[in-house]
Amino acid sequence: MSTTPFLVLSAMLFGVGAVGVLVRRNAIVVFMCVELMLNAANLAFVTFSRQHGNFDGQIAAFFVMVVAAAEVVVGLAIIMTIFRTRRSASVDDASLLKY
Amino acid sequence: MMSQSTVLATVLAAASFDKPTIAYGRLSPLLVVFGIALVGVVVEAFAPRERRYVIQTALALLGLGVSLLAVIGVGLDLKTNNDGASRGSVEAMGAIAVDGPSLFIWGTLLVFSLICVLLFAERHLEGGITAFAGQAAALPGTEAEREASSRGIEHTEVFPLMMFAIGGMMLFASANDLLTMFVALEVLSLPLYLLCGLARRRRLISQESALKYFLLGAFSSAFFLYGIALVYGFAGSFRLGEIDTAVSSTVGGSSLLLAGMALMAVGLLFKVSAAPFHAWTPDVYQGAPTAVTAFMAACTKVAAFGALLRVFYVALGGVRWDWQPMMWVIAALTMAIGSVIAITQTDIKRMLAYSSIAHAGFLITGFVGAQQGIEVAGQQISSLQAVMFYLVAYGFTTIGAFAVVTVVRDAGGETTHLSRWAGLGREAPVVAGVFAFFLLAFAGIPLTSGFTSKWAVFTSAWAGGAWPLVVVAVLMSVVAAFFYVRVIVVMFFSEPVGDGPTVAVPSILTSITITVGAAMTLILGVVPQPVFDLARTAGEFIR
Repeated sequence: MSTTPFLVLSAMLFGVGAVGVLVRRNAIVVFMCVELMLNAANLAFVTFSRQHGNFDGQIAAFFVMVVAAAEVVVGLAIIMTIFRTRRSASVDDASLLKY
Repeated sequence: MMSQSTVLATVLAAASFDKPTIAYGRLSPLLVVFGIALVGVVVEAFAPRERRYVIQTALALLGLGVSLLAVIGVGLDLKTNNDGASRGSVEAMGAIAVDGPSLFIWGTLLVFSLICVLLFAERHLEGGITAFAGQAAALPGTEAEREASSRGIEHTEVFPLMMFAIGGMMLFASANDLLTMFVALEVLSLPLYLLCGLARRRRLISQESALKYFLLGAFSSAFFLYGIALVYGFAGSFRLGEIDTAVSSTVGGSSLLLAGMALMAVGLLFKVSAAPFHAWTPDVYQGAPTAVTAFMAACTKVAAFGALLRVFYVALGGVRWDWQPMMWVIAALTMAIGSVIAITQTDIKRMLAYSSIAHAGFLITGFVGAQQGIEVAGQQISSLQAVMFYLVAYGFTTIGAFAVVTVVRDAGGETTHLSRWAGLGREAPVVAGVFAFFLLAFAGIPLTSGFTSKWAVFTSAWAGGAWPLVVVAVLMSVVAAFFYVRVIVVMFFSEPVGDGPTVAVPSILTSITITVGAAMTLILGVVPQPVFDLARTAGEFIR
């Protein structure tokens, strides 16, 4: 079985995530797009793992999942405080700091 | 095509299940820091609130001190390897390199953290309470917040968070495989995101800086991770040494390697705040509590440069002709953006942030030269050693400068607008004089550490053939000198506006930080030789 389709899918997911971070306005959606990018990397890890016939990539995928979960904890806490203070999770509204 | 089960069988047959060995002694500096961080969490859960501050401060200082002693102990024990350039060994089943540069960077990080803990613990300036939010969950301007602050509640969680960040930084700079490096990147970043949002005063901009740092940091680490995935796809391993072998044995370019290298560079350059990935730096440095800014500005830069150099010298040294042009452009751009935009800044912290961007550019200039230890003769030092010296010198100066920012205050807390600093030289000649000294060091005036460190990176870059970049760097130093001198002029030769700034008398803690910063800035400018020798003794990265 060729691994190319999986790599293409992974690259597409990464692209969708990266574009999403750049164009979306809601901090939660931006964050979800970052998670999509991490999962795209996971798909690439397991695909390459199969291609090379070693386990390193699969182990990496587990580590990345754990790290992503930790990131969610910190990220949602920060987004929550911002939302409660400003009643908005739009990244455009947080604009006290500029230039 | 092999079926899944054949692959598994092959892999299982190939892998012999050796019991993992871990050299606890060699890794003790890391283990102590992480251990103290965990103890700190337990203290938060069980110690009574009024005692936590003392316990946490003592624990942090003790842990960092013990870890520093362990670094010295391990350092004395290191033997030179057969290649004659590196010392030390790869530990934890190939995951962590305990070599000369690692130990040098660990020591640097621990010394910086020790004086930053003092800034974190400062209570005198806010009237008997730390500069961190009483209750981060309470909304700004509400009854709950007022109650928390009137009851004198403070977040002592900042100390364990800081310890986790330090542990992550130490691991980041010494990781010998890319997966460990990614995990370390997150371990150092996540506590920093939280620390940024914990200011007691100006909480809106503090929270905003945390949000911006978090979203951009997560974005950049996703790039870093995808870069790792591609490099793994190319090399079939995460080990830096094995990637180097794969790189060296490949004839012609590989698009997988090039793409992976570029994506990894994005993640690492974001952390060192190099242009065009610098946009977060001014916002975060300005919004974060000043003690945290000092910590980030010095320690994150040290750790990130350690990791950047390790990845690009050890794993990707074989394709240095591919990454050097990219780094040339980034170095020039970073220096130009940092120096030129700093001229228009009116906020001291923001100006120091742009100055930190410009310094990242100078550091990358030194890194681009890529002079290996074996290539340089006699008294010359390699690029790695020049960059390590620069990091030490810059760290002390920048921590000192931000510590001075914490003591210049008015009724609303720290006053960071440049116009409010007018006439500071008359109000408090000593503080203004020390700050002027730090600014001159940033500008690179002789007899300060800024001069010797710039000299070191520029000569090593010149020797490495990056002389056009050195010319740009010298020009940009001149531009940068303009805005440093402007601040000195404002402090000493302008009339105070209104009632002028006041300089609060800090406790002994902040005084120690400022004194150490100023003393080291002077010492490294006048007698830099011992630190140069130490950097030379550290040798090169282990391969």
